[in-house]
Amino acid sequence: MASVSGQAGRQPVARAATRGAGLAALLWRRPWLRAVGLLSAPLAWFVLIYLASLAVLLVTAFWRINPFTTDIERVWSLDNFKTLVESATYRRIALRTVGMSAAVTVTDALAAFPFAWYMARVASSRVRSALFVAVMLPLWASYLARVYAWLLIFANNGALNWAADRIGLPSLGIGYSNWAMWIVFSYIWLPFMIIPVYAALERIPDSYAEASADLGARGWWTARRVIIPLALPGVIAGSVFTFSLTLGDYVTPLLVGGAGSDFIGNVVYQSVGVANNIPFAAAFATVPVVIMALYLVLARRFGAFEAL
Amino acid sequence: MEGRATRVALRLWVALVLAFLFVPIVIIVLYAFNPSNIQSWPIPGLSLKWFALTWRNPEIRAALLLSVKAGLAATAIAMLLGSAAAFAVHRFRFFGREVVSFVVVLPLALPGIITGMALNAFFAFNGLNLSLWTIVIGHATFCIVIVYNNVLARLRRTAPSLVEASMDLGASGWQTFRYVTLPVISTALVSGGLLAFALSFDEVIVTTFTAGAQNTLPLWIFGAIRLGQQLPEVNVVVLVIIALTIVPVVIAQRLTRESGLIRRG
Repeated sequence: MASVSGQAGRQPVARAATRGAGLAALLWRRPWLRAVGLLSAPLAWFVLIYLASLAVLLVTAFWRINPFTTDIERVWSLDNFKTLVESATYRRIALRTVGMSAAVTVTDALAAFPFAWYMARVASSRVRSALFVAVMLPLWASYLARVYAWLLIFANNGALNWAADRIGLPSLGIGYSNWAMWIVFSYIWLPFMIIPVYAALERIPDSYAEASADLGARGWWTARRVIIPLALPGVIAGSVFTFSLTLGDYVTPLLVGGAGSDFIGNVVYQSVGVANNIPFAAAFATVPVVIMALYLVLARRFGAFEAL
Repeated sequence: MEGRATRVALRLWVALVLAFLFVPIVIIVLYAFNPSNIQSWPIPGLSLKWFALTWRNPEIRAALLLSVKAGLAATAIAMLLGSAAAFAVHRFRFFGREVVSFVVVLPLALPGIITGMALNAFFAFNGLNLSLWTIVIGHATFCIVIVYNNVLARLRRTAPSLVEASMDLGASGWQTFRYVTLPVISTALVSGGLLAFALSFDEVIVTTFTAGAQNTLPLWIFGAIRLGQQLPEVNVVVLVIIALTIVPVVIAQRLTRESGLIRRG
């Protein structure tokens, strides 16, 4: 914080400096004091609480609990990580979590792209802003409410089976399964994909498509060679959200997933709430952090952050 | 470049996606008026009877009160710290300026269990009992970025000449802040606060790790759904929550839109 220079602090008027001998004048003459004053509280919050928490999380992962008293013993070991790597169950859970995150991300990208295309390149400006609101509203309509809505829809006597019955199909027993989780996750995070893809598509000048057409490219060729590559950073940006949000979830697997549909988050949740084994929960929680760090590095390569 | 057939196909796709987005919400809203205590489709009629019963339920009232308290406290902290950080980043060039933007967004960018788990380990490490205040700390941590982004975006769109003009006309630093800067950012600040409240009011994942034995409204819903109990009340509460979170968001959007005066270009 050495080189603080006030943007507005050019040449202080001499009169102001002599007249105001109080705090205001001092702050005016020393812009870095103002900077420190403004930054100290938020910085303290993040360093002393949030970053400290992340550090404690990391450190706790290397501790263990006393199996009899369930008190945390501050003894360093890699046992928690060893358990994670060696246990087939935990490996399967980690793979399921990552696999589902990937499936949801691909689904949302495929569903969002034509939608965003229509918003950005076909719709009139009035329709466009209406669609924008329509995408944002569900995002703010309570996460739990939307998961619960699907629970009711998938129920035996719910709307899905009712609709299937209406059109003469047998009951679709997809409640409490990985299919149910896939649909619900794709549903909940879809707006997070639509918005960045739309933003990326909207930024592509029409003249690019015209130039491509002038050079003899058909519609599909232009889409494949011009528009889609230019919109890719937007898709990657959206995928950061859909992937990360699915990766860290445990509520949807708990509510709509069946038996044996645990995610990393569920193990963490149970380790804290039921087994009171915070060190093990902390160790497993580092897995999504590492995965997300790798994902972000990759996303950066594709220019996803310039697209946000 | 889009041909006629492509346009029709796109339109059809948009309609399908919209149906996918809104049918569940319509269904959940209708279930709140279900007179039966069995949740089946189609609902046998429309009734308001569960609204009164829900309102009289002491557990739900306690949860609502806790949610409102936590939301208000977290929002107040987020507004103070978020706008302070936004001012600092906007006005000053200092070492590590980019790091601030990165750290502030971390609690939202990292998966929710990480933030929740980290805070839980932190509270356990320091021997803090889980209470209203641990909930508030968790919520404030991820709400700060909302206010920060809103205020920073407004400051960036505001012409710096406004502040300079005020100073040239002899206003003190405080007067400039009170009569120029504050009115300029006020709607952004309020809309950031409303969004932060909406986010806090709806949060489950971090809250399960920071609430202990108490229930916020989303935690109560989560528990009831898991056990499959009190579902008629859940339907009503869910409808109320949807309404309570959508209203602040709509107001917030209105507030940020009406800022044509101070736009730079």
